[in-house]
Amino acid sequence: MREIVLPVPEEEVRALRVGERFVLTGRLFTARDAGHARIVRDLDRGHALPFAPVPDTVYHCGPLVERSGDGWRVLSAGPTSSVRLEPFAPRLVRDLGLRILIGKGGMGEGTREALRERGAIYAHATGGAGALAARGIERVESVFWLEEFGMPEAVWILRVCRFGPLLVAIDSHGGSLYEEAARSTDTTRQAILSRIEEER
Amino acid sequence: MLRDAIVSALRFAATSVPREVEGALHEARDREEGTAREELSAILENLEVARRQGAPLCQDTGVPAFHVRAGASSPHLPVLREAILGAVAEATRSVPLRPNAVHPLTGVNSGTNLGWGVPIVRWEVVDGDEVLITLSLKGGGSENQSALRMLSPGAGLAGVKRAVVEHVISAGGAPCPPTVIGVGIGGGAAVALTLAEQALLRRLGERNVDPALAALEEELLSLVNETGVGPMGLGGRTTALDVRVEAAFRHPASLPVGILLQCWAVRRAWVRLRAGGSIEVS
Repeated sequence: MREIVLPVPEEEVRALRVGERFVLTGRLFTARDAGHARIVRDLDRGHALPFAPVPDTVYHCGPLVERSGDGWRVLSAGPTSSVRLEPFAPRLVRDLGLRILIGKGGMGEGTREALRERGAIYAHATGGAGALAARGIERVESVFWLEEFGMPEAVWILRVCRFGPLLVAIDSHGGSLYEEAARSTDTTRQAILSRIEEER
Repeated sequence: MLRDAIVSALRFAATSVPREVEGALHEARDREEGTAREELSAILENLEVARRQGAPLCQDTGVPAFHVRAGASSPHLPVLREAILGAVAEATRSVPLRPNAVHPLTGVNSGTNLGWGVPIVRWEVVDGDEVLITLSLKGGGSENQSALRMLSPGAGLAGVKRAVVEHVISAGGAPCPPTVIGVGIGGGAAVALTLAEQALLRRLGERNVDPALAALEEELLSLVNETGVGPMGLGGRTTALDVRVEAAFRHPASLPVGILLQCWAVRRAWVRLRAGGSIEVS
């Protein structure tokens, strides 16, 4: 399987197309609702983010982590539903220069446009497969906003090794597996509903 | 001792799915191809890794929910509540469970999975001297895809089927399909959702005892699997592993339908407490 090493150059991301699978190696950060809101607030106020240099990959994930000596160990870390982050994600792609967004369930038009414009992708990780995902996480490098936001919402900087498999679900050319899926369920929906009506 | 039993039940629930659910996921994998098959393979491999490491299979260990069928003459009733709260706090440290209880307004995390109204404890008083606790860990992704439809009675049974199919399609991959679907019909708004919740407590494949409701379960399951939503919403034949329906009589002017989607990670355990004090965890 193709391995992508972070930070990843734009040309390499542009070459990825929907439906391809890959694994990731390098440094990334997790962020969910509170993390995204805080990042955007800091950007608005012109404040530097505390975790510079900001990795070029964000993982929509609230990991389950335990103390291990004076560090941390990630026990389970599957993706969270990315759609909640749609109001913030285009801003992160543009202002932080993100190349890869990882989550589940897909994202909206705003993000798809930002990905196309900047040469970035959205990758799908299997929802609920937290133990499997944790196997690809080598270590926790650091954590930010833990006191304020709590474990799931904090920003965790992670070192990953052959993390995945991930699936390119929205590519940098406007391709989207979710759009394909929605087109196909729209057709079946009409067929099923008219059959239900006929039986009335 | 009861507290320790509930802690081990929480550990068991967080790290595995019931055998029949794993069996259904295997069957689903075998009949899928392409992306759907790869997603189900990852799910099955994840179950294996979680089992080997004793780690929670999903990082979202949910808001622990306890459904207590309390025998009216059980001598243990006075200590149940304390035991459940103590077990949740202990399991949060020792399993560990992800601290998922945040203040409803400020979002501040209590760190213990305890807070106003959580863990969720529902009481049902039944005859006898035994207590059966069904505990469930359900993630936020599938909980967010809950629906209540107040249909016009004129919509009839066709309207109920339509509501379920449309909801499943609009939820797409968000509830982490293949799901188990709980449908509650009738009763009133809150009752319909409660019935849907009770439907989810049943074992996989256990049909409603009423033949008409059992037939509706079978029909809804096949309709939902025709939608093509598929594992993780990426297309495929397996959108749901099962559909269960519970129903109550309704007001002639109302046709409430509650719909709950349970992700594939069906995490459950049962604690049986006998009058003499013996405890069984399964």
